[in-house]
Order: sequence, then C-alpha cells, then structure tokens
Amino acid sequence: MDTLFQLYGGFLIALEPQNLALALLGAFLGTLFGALPGLGPANGVAILIPLAFAMDLQASSALIFLVNIYYGAMFGGRISSILLNIPGDEPAMMTVLDGYPMAKAGRAGEALAITAIASFVGATVATIGLTLLAPALVQFALLFGSAEYFLLYVLAFALLGGLATGHVVKTWIATLIGLVISTVGLDLHTGVPRFTFNEMKLFEGVDPIVAIIGFFAISEVLWLLRSQGTGSTFKAKVGKTVVGLAVLRRTFFTMIRSSFIGFVCGVLPGAGATLGSFAAYSLERKWVDKEGTFGTGDPRGVAAPEAGNNAAAGGALVPMLALGIPGSGTTAVLLGVLISLNVTPGPLLFTQRPDVAWGLIAALYMSNVVLLVLNLPLVGIFVRLLSVPVQLLLPIVALICFVGVYAISHSVFDIYMMIAMGTFAYFLRLVDIPLVPIVLGILLGGDMETNLRRAISLSNGDWSILFGSPVALTLWALIVLMAVLPMIMERFKSKRVLPAANED
Amino acid sequence: MWFNRTLFAAVGLTATLSMQLALAQPSGVECIAPSDPGGGWDFTCRSVGRLLEEQDRVDGSVKVTNMSGGDGGVGMSYVVSKRNEDPNLLVAASTATISNLAQDRYTGLDHEAVRWVASLGADFGAIVVREDSPYENLNQLLDDVMEDPSQVSFGGGSVAGTWDDLKVRLLAKAAGMEDIADINYVAFNSGGPAQTQLLGGHIDAYTGDFSEIAGQLEAGNVRVLAILAPERLAAAPDVPTAIEQGYDVIGANWRGFYAPGNISDEEYQEWVSILGELYQSEGWQEAMEANGLGPFWQGGEEFGEFVDQNIEQLVETSREVGVLE
Repeated sequence: MDTLFQLYGGFLIALEPQNLALALLGAFLGTLFGALPGLGPANGVAILIPLAFAMDLQASSALIFLVNIYYGAMFGGRISSILLNIPGDEPAMMTVLDGYPMAKAGRAGEALAITAIASFVGATVATIGLTLLAPALVQFALLFGSAEYFLLYVLAFALLGGLATGHVVKTWIATLIGLVISTVGLDLHTGVPRFTFNEMKLFEGVDPIVAIIGFFAISEVLWLLRSQGTGSTFKAKVGKTVVGLAVLRRTFFTMIRSSFIGFVCGVLPGAGATLGSFAAYSLERKWVDKEGTFGTGDPRGVAAPEAGNNAAAGGALVPMLALGIPGSGTTAVLLGVLISLNVTPGPLLFTQRPDVAWGLIAALYMSNVVLLVLNLPLVGIFVRLLSVPVQLLLPIVALICFVGVYAISHSVFDIYMMIAMGTFAYFLRLVDIPLVPIVLGILLGGDMETNLRRAISLSNGDWSILFGSPVALTLWALIVLMAVLPMIMERFKSKRVLPAANED
Repeated sequence: MWFNRTLFAAVGLTATLSMQLALAQPSGVECIAPSDPGGGWDFTCRSVGRLLEEQDRVDGSVKVTNMSGGDGGVGMSYVVSKRNEDPNLLVAASTATISNLAQDRYTGLDHEAVRWVASLGADFGAIVVREDSPYENLNQLLDDVMEDPSQVSFGGGSVAGTWDDLKVRLLAKAAGMEDIADINYVAFNSGGPAQTQLLGGHIDAYTGDFSEIAGQLEAGNVRVLAILAPERLAAAPDVPTAIEQGYDVIGANWRGFYAPGNISDEEYQEWVSILGELYQSEGWQEAMEANGLGPFWQGGEEFGEFVDQNIEQLVETSREVGVLE
C-alpha cells in the first residue's frame, strides 16, 4: 500500500504540464538517437545531459527528460533495423532478421507499428516488475557468480542452434569466427596482447558496434550493388501503417513471453539488452515457429526481440537502483545523473530519497505511454524513407555509416575496420554463412572467456566449480535441452530448409 | 503525392545527417574511465566530470566513456594510438595505473607516452568482507590465509599482481607469510563487478579503495576489516586501520588524470589550471569528504616528477612481494 502511495506521488509530479512537455521532447530526441546507427541509448543520454542542465531543470524534471531519452533510444533502435537492415544499436540486431524481410515485402509500416507496441509491452512489463520485485530480484542477480555467468553465455550460444537457417554446421562455423574475432586485443585478464601483430590500434579489440555496422550495413550496400540496385529490393508501396487485430492477437503472447525473458536478462548485471533480445527471439522461434516462417518476415519475429530488449532495459535498472552498482553503460550514465542531482544512489536510495526513486519509476511508466503515442503516428513518416530510390538511398546509407562510426570512435582506423568487416561479411553471405552468430560471438565471447577464467581461478583450477550450485546445474540442464533438442526434432521432422535471411 | 513523400524523406534524411555530422565534431570534453562502470576510475570521471559541467569550467558537456580491459591498458593504448593529439580528452588514472606501468604490463607503452595532468585526492585501500562474514577483524582473515591460502578468495578491480592484489600481498608479507604467491586473488574489470560478487558470496573478501565501498558500508551490506591509511578516516571513524591491528601497511591510491601525449604545452597547462581550480572548489571538497578521500593535490610538472618517483616505489614494492624478479 505504501508502495502505491509513493508511486501516486511520483505520478503527480510526472503529470505536470512542463514535465509532460519535457517527456515528449525527450522521447522524440531519444527515438532519433536510437534510430541513428551506432548511437545507442548510452550515447544519447550522455550527449543530451548538458541540455538538461542548460535548461536549468529541477531534479525530478531532469530525470524525467533523461529517462525518456533512454527509453526513446531503446524504442528507436528498431527503425533502421527494419527499414535499412542496419541495427540502430546492439540490442536491435535481432530485429533485422524478420524486420528487413517484412520491409522488403512492403510491410514496413506494419513492422514498425508492431515493434512499437512490442517495445511498449516489454518496457511496461519490466517497469511493473521493477516496481514490485526490485529487492527480491537483487537476491536473484547475486546468485550469479563467475561460473554461472560463463554458463549463461554458453546457454546463449546453445540457443544459436535454433537460429540455424538451413545448415547447423554453418551456424557453428559462424559462431567460431565470432569467438576468434573476440580474442583479438589485450587479454582482459592479464593484459597480454593477442592477435594484434603489435599494432596498438588493435589492442582494444574489435569494437562490436563497428563490426555490426560493417557486417550489416556495408555488406548490405555491397549486396545491393551486386544486383546493381535493380529488381528493386523494396516494393514501391510502403503498405499499411496500422496493425490489424488479427496480427496483434497472434503476436500478443510472443510479446508477453519475450518481455519476461528480456527482463530476467536485464536484471543480471552485464548480461543486458543484447542477450535479452537474442534469447527472446531464439526461444520464441523454438516455441512457436511451427511453419518455419521466422527469418522470412514473421511479425512475431520482430515482436519478440523488441519486447525482449526493452524489457531488459527496464530490468537493468534493478541492480542500479537497489544495489547502486550499474550493470551497463546506460545505467552508469543515469547513475551519474542521480549523483549530479545530489542523490546518493545505492542501497539506501529507496529509504533516503523515496521521492526521487518513485519519481523515476513513475517517469518510466509515463515514458512508455508517451513513446507509444509518439511512435505510432511517426511510423508513417519513417516509412517514407523507403520511397527514396535505391541509387539515392545507398550512398546515403554508406555516408551515415562512415560518419556514425567516426562519431563514436574518432578514429579513421575504425572506418577501415568497418569496411574490412563489411567486405568479409559480403563474402560470407555469398556462401550462406549467417552473420548473427558471428556478431554474437564478438559481443559475448570476451565476457564468456573472462568469466570462465575467473571461475577456474577462484576454485584453484578445480573444474567442478562449473557444477557447483543449483543455478549452475539448472543452466546446464537448459544448455543440454537447447543444444540437443533441435537435433532430435530434426530427426523427426522432414528436413526443413529455411531460406537465409539475406536471400533475394 | 509522390513528390510530397520524397520531400518528406529528403527532409528527414538531411536532418538525420546533419545531426550525425554535428556529433562527429565533438563539442565538450570526454573522460575515459578505462574500466567497467562502478569502480574508482569510473567514480573519478563521473564526479569530476559532473563538477566540470556544473561549475562551467569547460565548454559543453563532459561525456564519460567506459573502456575496460587489461587493467587500463586498453584505454591507454587507445589514447596513444588513436587520440594522441586530442586536447579535449582526459583519462582517469591512479596508483593502480602506475603499478601496471611499473611492472611493464601495458605492452609497448611507458609512463612517458602520455602527459600526467594532476592528482585530485588520495583514496585509501580497504579490505572488505560481507556483513555476515565470519571474519570480524583483519587478524582472523590473515591467519586463515596463512594456514591455507586457497581457502580465502580475494577479488578486486586490478589485474593479478597489480594494485589491489599488491595491497593483499603487502598485508600477507607484514603478517609474515612466506608463500605470498599462493594468495587466491581473482581479477575483475572494475571494482563494481567485484563488489557484486562479494555481496553474492562468490568471493570471500574484496580488496579495493574506501571510496568504492562507502555506499555499501553505509547501507550495512559490508564490513570493512581494515583501512590502509595512516589513521582512521573521518568518513568512517569506526573502521580500524591495518596499523592498529599490527600490520604496518599503508595503501594510498592517488586519483587523478592523464591527457594524450601530443597535446601542446598550452593545452596541457590549461588542464592543470582547470583541475587546480576545481580542486579548490567547495563542490570537490564536499565530494572528497563524502567519499572518504584525503587531500592530495599534485599538478603539472610537479605531478610528472611525482609519477616518476611513484613508479620507482612500485617497482621496489613489486619486487618485495615477488611480483617482479
């Protein structure tokens, strides 16, 4: 009851006209930031913080503004995934798989609308979870030691089996390529350089976001060049921009399930939104994809990752608010905002400054509604991007990629890296090797390795630590289930060959 | 209708592009914390960055970037190889950075590759256990370590052998332990993740600095067994020093910044004076007090000389505890 009362107080503040206006502005700017390739939520919030200070806002207003940017960027990541085959940020990667085929089939408007709703559902489920369960969830997150984190990443790779388009073997090849790329750079544990050829520019390894832009955007440009932009990849018609009730009914449970999966991933510090959207998509595919339409433009295939990654974004706030330990770059930025508002984040936040804590949570609820209201009408405008002729669109896409990569790294070297990755990806696409497992390997490989080494080092070299807790054993059971199940199912089913996502 | 749509799209794209271009010309300052969020370097960047903005000491905003890996090595090689002329860049550093340089762990780099700007305070080492841990004082903990080092796991934000590990080794040496190398120390990418692991009971003790753990202490989640300071801290008068408990070890960690190596002397001096004024400001004095930092200002050439000495000291210390030959 006390909780509800506090929340009510938070809402009263959030609904003041000035704060509502700020929420709208924040949501709009955030959506734009999210849509730009490379600029994710963390950058968006960081870049716009000075704006909040320049406007000389009160603590709660500033918080509302920045939370809307954060959630806005999570919403916005999907737009370029669907329209251009370029993930706006890391978590939006999975949305490419079904979103782009939908756009090609002239259903871009529908895809954008479904994902807006899925994002809303995901974020709302997460916010409710945050409100009710924050203290209990922290206990859950604390159960994860190094061994458990390692197994969590192994589980993510085991899920890849369900992504296989056609050849399981090719998926594994792709995974290994990704893992190999992730070992480039200074060894995180001891600082020894690996596969760097003594080139200091490689010491930091391959930046995942540079790899993602190269793999998806640059290779897409090359791919379209190959077909000389003919056979017009896009239908001239952009399709309807509203979602029918039937589609909604069909995707509703996908959204709910994915929200829960995403939320759990978000609560674990370090696992985050990328794992959330990935796990949501792969599990959903295993669950409901009876006809094998995932990867070819199934609305459920865009609903799952978007609900998953937005729920994860909400989940990531749990350890930050309740422990004072940020689990991701974005929550670290928000933590900085709290500090600058003279709030000491951490375990005492809820008791010492309930107004701020509950104000923040109320802002999250409101932000979801604002974003949904803002995003549905915007769909029509975004979709018009597709009416730009390919010969104009391609150079612009390439330009955005170059500028985007330079903007995050300030380094020409990373632009070369992006081109190299894009060219590499083009050849991989020629032989039908899927790209998502590679990027996943680059993203998660480093953490998986470090956690394994930490676990082994903690146990003085005793490998049994990997079986040492109930959580670990549960994860093992899931891993075996996920890795073995597809093989068994394969036996029973007639061989189903799905067209690769990149097939024309 | 068609014209209308194209126009719309063209406007949208132009807006998008100009925004991108605007971002490519960074206004303001970037502070790199060469670790994951939640540790001491992260704290340095975020608290100093916040004050630089609030007190209008720099143009535009201060953006904090986390770049973990190799205990600061990834950050330094990134700056040297890709941003070496950037006058709008600061990198958080501390004695931990120096311990890596002293042990020659940043491949191909030494302390002369960058310009040492200033130190803004001293953070003292802390040995921390969970609030429900059986260890009530440092003696009990170190006795168990001496009996069977594999039974007590330490975690910290430094690479094995460097600063956070060195503090444990120095304590073990003061306790008279012989096989110091057997200490079970596990490295994390920053103090933040290591603390989460302590709270979850996955490691037995955390070795870090007081500022990193102040919030958890206040919340009653942890017990600080010893503070490695000459005397008790005003921020935590109940926490005993290691010296009181019979171990003559002080672990003072300066917190400050370096800048890229190829910035001009004027740009360098500007940073020194900006940070010097910030150090004097009320805001920073309050932040130091709240986080248990002691006063410690060094700036400019003077600080450069201090870093030289600091490296020599740490080479010596590393030899003493068997990390260096």
